[in-house]
Amino acid sequence: MTKRFGDLVAVDDVDLTVPQACVYGFLGPNGSGKSTTIRMLCGLLTPSAGRIEVLGLRIPEQAEALRRRIGYMTQKFSLFADLSVRENLEFLAAVQGVPKARTGQRVDALVAQYHFQGREGQLAGTLSGGQKQRLALAGAVVHEPELLFLDEPTSAVDPESRRDFWEKLFELADAGTTILVSTHYMDEAERCHRLAILDHGALVADGTPAELTGALQGRTLEVTAAHPRQARRALVELPGVLSVAQIGNTLRVLAARDGDVVRRTRDALAAANLQARVEAVPPSLEDVFVAATQGRDEDPARDRAA
Amino acid sequence: MNWRRLWAIVVKEMRQMRRDRITLAMIIGIPVMQLVLFGYAINLNLRGLSAAVADQAGTAGSRALVMDMLATGVIEPVAAAHTPQELMELLRRGEISVGVVVPPDFERRRLDGREAVQVLVDGSDTVVQGAALQLAQMPVDASTAGMRTGANPTSVNPISVVSFYNPERRSAVNIVPGLIGVILTMTMVLFTGVAIVRERERGNMELLLATPLSRSELMIGKVLPYAVIGLVQTTVVLALGMWLFQVPVRGSVLDVYLASVLLILANLTLGLLISTKAQSQFQAMQMTFFVFLPSILLSGFMFPFAGMPTVVQWLAEVLPLTHFLRLIRGVMLRGAGLPELWPDVLALVVFTTVMMAAAILRFRKRLD
Repeated sequence: MTKRFGDLVAVDDVDLTVPQACVYGFLGPNGSGKSTTIRMLCGLLTPSAGRIEVLGLRIPEQAEALRRRIGYMTQKFSLFADLSVRENLEFLAAVQGVPKARTGQRVDALVAQYHFQGREGQLAGTLSGGQKQRLALAGAVVHEPELLFLDEPTSAVDPESRRDFWEKLFELADAGTTILVSTHYMDEAERCHRLAILDHGALVADGTPAELTGALQGRTLEVTAAHPRQARRALVELPGVLSVAQIGNTLRVLAARDGDVVRRTRDALAAANLQARVEAVPPSLEDVFVAATQGRDEDPARDRAA
Repeated sequence: MNWRRLWAIVVKEMRQMRRDRITLAMIIGIPVMQLVLFGYAINLNLRGLSAAVADQAGTAGSRALVMDMLATGVIEPVAAAHTPQELMELLRRGEISVGVVVPPDFERRRLDGREAVQVLVDGSDTVVQGAALQLAQMPVDASTAGMRTGANPTSVNPISVVSFYNPERRSAVNIVPGLIGVILTMTMVLFTGVAIVRERERGNMELLLATPLSRSELMIGKVLPYAVIGLVQTTVVLALGMWLFQVPVRGSVLDVYLASVLLILANLTLGLLISTKAQSQFQAMQMTFFVFLPSILLSGFMFPFAGMPTVVQWLAEVLPLTHFLRLIRGVMLRGAGLPELWPDVLALVVFTTVMMAAAILRFRKRLD
């Protein structure tokens, strides 16, 4: 699918398949097209080109039928700030068609599950950031949807709330809900069953986190040097080196392709008269991300498209 | 149309409204304030215009005339002057709005049948001008009638400025019914216009769009609570008007409410249409005033409809307030029934239908 806003290509020919009952992550920097992709999948935006099928329904033609079966949590808190926790959930239950007889019971269950006992009467606008996100998630699943779209659900939340939030996501996935979640946090991406990396509107990699990192085996090095900044200068220009990032006193080097990267790095450092220890380390998702997006950054046309 | 979803929207709106203290206060405050303000202001006969008199004649006749003028209470002397020049200076400085010049040859002019007295008016206020013109028509002979024998052709006329102040000879009796319409036009369009745009601004709309809510459920659900508010406002204005200004309801009260419902719906649907176009609450407010001002000026509330150029009359026919004013004045003041006033009923129904259809069609359940 493709989405253009005027001259801007927000989503460029992205092709996705999401298996059932899994947590599928969308990883990408701001402006990479994550939100636009999710909005197209929900039927909120019409794709400029391409074909979308969600839960066997053609989108956007059958978007209305789809809406009963999906939950959508927007990036910005979109529940009603001037309604209480309970009123928000009751409203969504009614709108999402939870049978009237079951509504009270369902809302009670959500209040308990999402730890809102004693806060049911509190206005949503006065909740903390983490509580708001929990409430938004409770609201998105009030009708027990088969498929859940979460657009950067934890971007404004402290680490502990993020952990709690992901616990809830896995509970939902265990119960059979398929979850599509976008994030720009690497640690969250690592938790996903499967992952798609978006950059400048294009899908640059997808697979399980293990597959993605496995593909980089042997291409990531850690350089411990006395003068990391000088070492970095020596390595940045080295052919075949995609990126050199300083992390504390060490450098993380990502090489373009296999081969004797360790030896060539050592040679380069020695040539520059720098004392350093070089060793191969297991690749992380961040390396995957850098590897996937690196080459593209040099294409200025695409740069602007972001 | 799913009734449960529709009701959920209505309940949500009411709950949000209940927590919005300022809006709640405005719902009651605006009608009360405007009624009291306009009702009393417009009910006032024009009295106590600041004035100065330069009586250069100083005869018994001129003094009697000046006393008679002052006795009407229309003008009140606030400054002393002896010459027309002094009066003009006072006028220019804004200390007086009316100056009366009695020339030295007053008696002779009177006998000759020439203009005996000159009234200088601050013409920058047309209302004052109107009142002063009336004052100038005061029969000069009347004040000296006692000294004269024989018939007086102009005879004694009590001076009344009321009809002049009000181009359509209106009083509170005529203002209050119109005020119902003005208040409903202002609040109803604005409330709905802002209500939907606010949800868009706060991000609630994206959530609502991703639910099975239909366009008509969302639109009608948002409008219904405000219709109730409109009826509350109608009741407030009506009750206060009857209590404070003894405004009669000569027709049936049910007709008054039916006419109000027609106007409320027309304005709410107009507000909805505005909300589909406006990107921010500020824009919605501007668009509301774009409609509100012509409504007040052209509908016949302030100026007589009959006196407007034909093209402006066509324009006024498009405004819901024009038709409502005809309905409400007919029902309240002339005791007419709605069936007799069917053309205006029809006009409001058509307006509402067109606006609602346009709003629902324009409102996309999409973000693009």
